[in-house]
Amino acid sequence: MMGLFPQIIFSLLTLLAFGLFVKKINEIRSAILLGKATFLNDKPLQRWKNVFLLALGQKKMFRNPIVALLHLIIYIGFIIINIELIEIILDGLMGTHRILSKPLGNYYSLFINCFEILAFLVTIVCILFLVRRNILKIKRFVSKDLNGWPRTDANYILIAEIILMSLFLLMNAADTNYQFIISSKISPWLHGNTADTLYLIEKSAWWLHILGIYAFMNYLPYSKHLHIILAFPNAYYAPLIPKGVMHNMPAIQNEVLYAMQPELAPSDALAPESFGAKEATELSWKNLMEAYSCSECGRCSTACPATSTGKLLSPRKIMMATRDRIETISKNIQQNKQFISDGKTLLHDYISVEELRACTTCNACVEECPISISPLDIIMELRRSLVMEQSNAPQEWNGMFSNIENNFAPWKFAPDDRDAWTKQV
Amino acid sequence: MKVLTMAEMAANGEQPEILFWVGCAGSFDQRAQKITKAFATILDKAGIRYAILGKEESCTGDPARRAGNEFMFQMMAYQNIQILNGYQIKKIVTTCPHCFNTLKNEYPALGGNYDVIHHTQFLEELIASGKIKILDSNEWKGKSITYHDSCYLGRANEIYEAPRKVLESLDMELREMKRCKSKGLCCGAGGAQMFKEEEKGDKRINTERADEAIETKSDFVASACPFCNTMLTDGIKNRDEDMNTSVLDIAEIIEKAIQ
Ligand code: SF4
Ligand code: SF4
Repeated sequence: MMGLFPQIIFSLLTLLAFGLFVKKINEIRSAILLGKATFLNDKPLQRWKNVFLLALGQKKMFRNPIVALLHLIIYIGFIIINIELIEIILDGLMGTHRILSKPLGNYYSLFINCFEILAFLVTIVCILFLVRRNILKIKRFVSKDLNGWPRTDANYILIAEIILMSLFLLMNAADTNYQFIISSKISPWLHGNTADTLYLIEKSAWWLHILGIYAFMNYLPYSKHLHIILAFPNAYYAPLIPKGVMHNMPAIQNEVLYAMQPELAPSDALAPESFGAKEATELSWKNLMEAYSCSECGRCSTACPATSTGKLLSPRKIMMATRDRIETISKNIQQNKQFISDGKTLLHDYISVEELRACTTCNACVEECPISISPLDIIMELRRSLVMEQSNAPQEWNGMFSNIENNFAPWKFAPDDRDAWTKQV
Repeated sequence: MKVLTMAEMAANGEQPEILFWVGCAGSFDQRAQKITKAFATILDKAGIRYAILGKEESCTGDPARRAGNEFMFQMMAYQNIQILNGYQIKKIVTTCPHCFNTLKNEYPALGGNYDVIHHTQFLEELIASGKIKILDSNEWKGKSITYHDSCYLGRANEIYEAPRKVLESLDMELREMKRCKSKGLCCGAGGAQMFKEEEKGDKRINTERADEAIETKSDFVASACPFCNTMLTDGIKNRDEDMNTSVLDIAEIIEKAIQ
């Protein structure tokens, strides 16, 4: 009876861990689907290519090769070491010890040795990243964007990875039946312990490791680390058109068309409810998915001409604010069954007019983002709402609009002088 | 030199090889007019049968759209497309990357489908095909120059090589700024910023870019956008009153180097 006890506990914990994880992922999925519909399923071949290049291949990371290499180690290490989880979970459920060692025969050591080398490399890189984040004063990491929770979040993840990797190595080191490439270097430190103590160390490390993994898995959806999952759909749905294009607004296109050619207007033409976005739910689901995918790395803000000249705007903060807002809305809906106004909106309460006005639409943020996020798209949707719904534009812009309307140019020149230059050649 | 309008050409039952879209800056702004004139002169010398819309041209609507005023944009687009389609325009060249982006990428969704190229691409073609010949003893030879990538030509449309190839054909020494091509820093004018005061910060964007241009210690700064040109000229002047590095459009440079 006693022998089954750990298996039962393990099974329950596994169920709980996966249950909670799936529940949270579903919540995030619903939150993303609060966004407006947008059609992004054309050209599947090109989209899959992007998944391989951008997400799997991390192509854009290689704009900085050294960091890209280090990041690749963590990333590959993370994915491959997780294969070992299959064995750990099977052992836990069946009460076995290294269940795959028999069927894999000689290959078993090869596998574990590979995992160990990766675990070791991941540990080293995590330490380097911790140093880079906290000791070297790199602008995008000291930025005020990360004040509070986000900075802690980033450090937690790195520390958690180091602990998990160390537990994995310790577990192997305490297992006297096996000799693996890295853990065998740790084993000597454990000499002098009795077989019982070693067994205890091994078992504890085993339990702490797998429980740590479960905790990490459930922490992920609350963290910037969600990008390890969402980077994939994000690459799939990445825009396939030139970055210069702002998406069309057919409702307004038709309104102008009907004003110019009334004979074309259908009698039942419905006016759209609103233009642009003042609330997160008025953005597209793609915008919202991007907000959840953002790794808060700040490459966008480093390249942003506004951020780098001290303006209030920071594209990273645009993404973080959008995620905060849609999370709040989603929680509100869960609690109240429907959204009960909290007197706030994305525009104004989370993102200010001053920030929006500083953008030059230069696309530097879009170009730099390793996971194909467009902060610019959100900025433009908010600007549309600001100008068209709230008539909130600086005086000079209002002047520019009326010049375009009356003189067909953004400046106040006589339209008749448009070709005046031809008389001087 | 006579610059024909589309209306004049159509009256004679003619179609141009290409329509030169001048743009608002190119039409009205004194500095940008020089670029327009230089490019028109090149077209003339190359024997291209081109036309302009003249008084029938309107703002493409780019600054309105980027400021958030979609209505104004759609109105301008509607008018322009009516006129362009009315003349059955097939091919357009423009000296402004903003007009280029709007005409090429945004008008198709509204029923305006044209083959649109930027003047730097057109110049590259003219040089490659021998339609214009660079003088062996041109005034630029051996001089150093740095090229500023316009956001709407560069990142927005990934045109990085054409302007550089044109400059290289002059035997100039091309020096790159710290941030160039896809990493190029904006001049600060895009997104309708040209038409308002900059938001508060600790430095102006054009000063930041001017500093990078000055750092290359080049004899000249090349641009391919009338707005970048203005921004960089102001930025350099702000840095140093006596600084005589001039910012020149690629069309102006080529015009002085051909027969
Ligand atoms: S597009 Fe706007 S937010 Fe993005 S880098 Fe340029 S100025 Fe910054
Ligand atoms: S938007 Fe992209 S570049 Fe910017 S912080 Fe997020 S992941 Fe990094």
